[in-house]
Amino acid sequence: MQTDLAGTQRSALRPPEGPPALAVENVTHRFGERTALDDVSLTVPRGSFTALLGPNGAGKTTLFSLITRLYDNRSGAIRVLGHNVRGEPAAALSRLGVVFQARTLDLDLTVQQNLLYHATLHGIGFRRARQRALEVLASVGLADRAKDKVRQLSGGQMRRVEIARALMHRPELLLLDEPTVGLDIGSRAALVEEVRRLIASEGIGVLWATHIIEEIRPGDRIVVLHKGRIRAEGSHESLLAGGAPDLSSAFLALVGEAPSPSATSVGGEP
Amino acid sequence: MSFLPETGPRRLPLRGYAVCMAGICWREALRFLNQRGRFLSALVRPLVWLFIFAAGFRSVLGVSIIPPYDTYILYEVYVAPGLIAMIQLFNGLQSSLSMVYDREVGAMRILLVSPYPRWFLLLSKLVAGICVSLLQVYAFLAIAWFWEVEAPPVGYLTILPALLLSGLMLGAMGLLMSSLFRQLENFASVMNFVIFPMFFTSSALYPLWKVQESSLPLYYLCRFNPFTYAVELIRFALYGQFDPISALVVAACAAVFLIAAIIAYDPSAGLMGRRGGPDAAK
Repeated sequence: MQTDLAGTQRSALRPPEGPPALAVENVTHRFGERTALDDVSLTVPRGSFTALLGPNGAGKTTLFSLITRLYDNRSGAIRVLGHNVRGEPAAALSRLGVVFQARTLDLDLTVQQNLLYHATLHGIGFRRARQRALEVLASVGLADRAKDKVRQLSGGQMRRVEIARALMHRPELLLLDEPTVGLDIGSRAALVEEVRRLIASEGIGVLWATHIIEEIRPGDRIVVLHKGRIRAEGSHESLLAGGAPDLSSAFLALVGEAPSPSATSVGGEP
Repeated sequence: MSFLPETGPRRLPLRGYAVCMAGICWREALRFLNQRGRFLSALVRPLVWLFIFAAGFRSVLGVSIIPPYDTYILYEVYVAPGLIAMIQLFNGLQSSLSMVYDREVGAMRILLVSPYPRWFLLLSKLVAGICVSLLQVYAFLAIAWFWEVEAPPVGYLTILPALLLSGLMLGAMGLLMSSLFRQLENFASVMNFVIFPMFFTSSALYPLWKVQESSLPLYYLCRFNPFTYAVELIRFALYGQFDPISALVVAACAAVFLIAAIIAYDPSAGLMGRRGGPDAAK
């Protein structure tokens, strides 16, 4: 059993680190008869890049909806930096930045207006928000586009604006739901790079949902979700420890037609 | 450490609530300014009623002296409060239509991941919608003034609280409806099934005593239509008077609609997570 799942207990032993950026514990979610998530547990340590890898329909978006409290989790617990999203939604949500799969920018407003609107939703006044907008736009390389309408941006630029927006309130956990969908290879790579830089500079914990294996690097933590169940959780290296020649084949073996009888943990500590 | 928060509410200070509501109103105003067509059509619609319908019916429908009027009045004067309520009805449903749209394009998710309580976010959305409706109503009143619909000067002030209350009721009704409909298409047809029946079975176009003369069932329908009370509340307020029964009914309906909408949007009690799959509220 990997020790990650007991993140809260570990945190007691290692107080300086504090609770993980995200801890999902035994969450099951059903839509009517259909079970979208089945006893899902995973951890995103602080300052880590954790890839949530799963084919379409694996339950990634449902999981995101639960973490962002669009739906209520009726079982298990979801903690953001130790704050349960059910019991302390304000504390949890204020530490959380999200980039949804669907585009969520106001196309007719300018980049800056979009960012300011988001800041006010987090209670940040206009004056401070303007300052912060310049910072975050600079960090994603779009400082010169602040006054442009979002409609005039390319798909990749819009995504970067969404990331900038998610950073406006200085979250400590960043969730991205298939952020590279619809982008060309160049912008895709640039976006992944961007987010990795943020982890390095800001120490943010990142949960990156994707079904594109190329976006994962050695050293990343990987959680494989398939048909609502966690099939593996561990480091890049530990996923390969089973003898698979590369990550794709390891992944395909995990989500193949004949998966191992129980959800197995492939690895130990990242 | 660099990622420790310097900004952002961790304990949600009171000032943050004000900032949040101001931000939501600001976005609504920006969107409103970007959609001049919406403003124009919101203005043209009641004016068409006033200029054409009311002018045509002026000779057919005589309105005798009923409170709050103390003299014989032109039919245009009679329908004006009804048309004001119609502006608010349209606006209330339109801003919730924009919420359905927001939900489809995902902007709703951005709103709902705000750390502020959901009831407050929805209330802010309502307040933003009401502010927009106030602009529309006063623009309408200004034009109507040149069309001999002149209320006493104080009326333009006393109408304000009435508009806030009726706007709250109609906006909350729209909000409740937006939570019940997942897609725009459903909602568009609901607008037709809601707006026109509500408007016609009310005291907006004809006084209730006249309705009673011609059809008793219709009269009862009008009596049980909350829109009637919104119209009457506005009508009395425009002449500097207060109609307590209307105010009570409108306030009660506003409260019921608002609470129902908040429950519908609440993740733990609500319907959002139960219906459909992950696409339900993208």
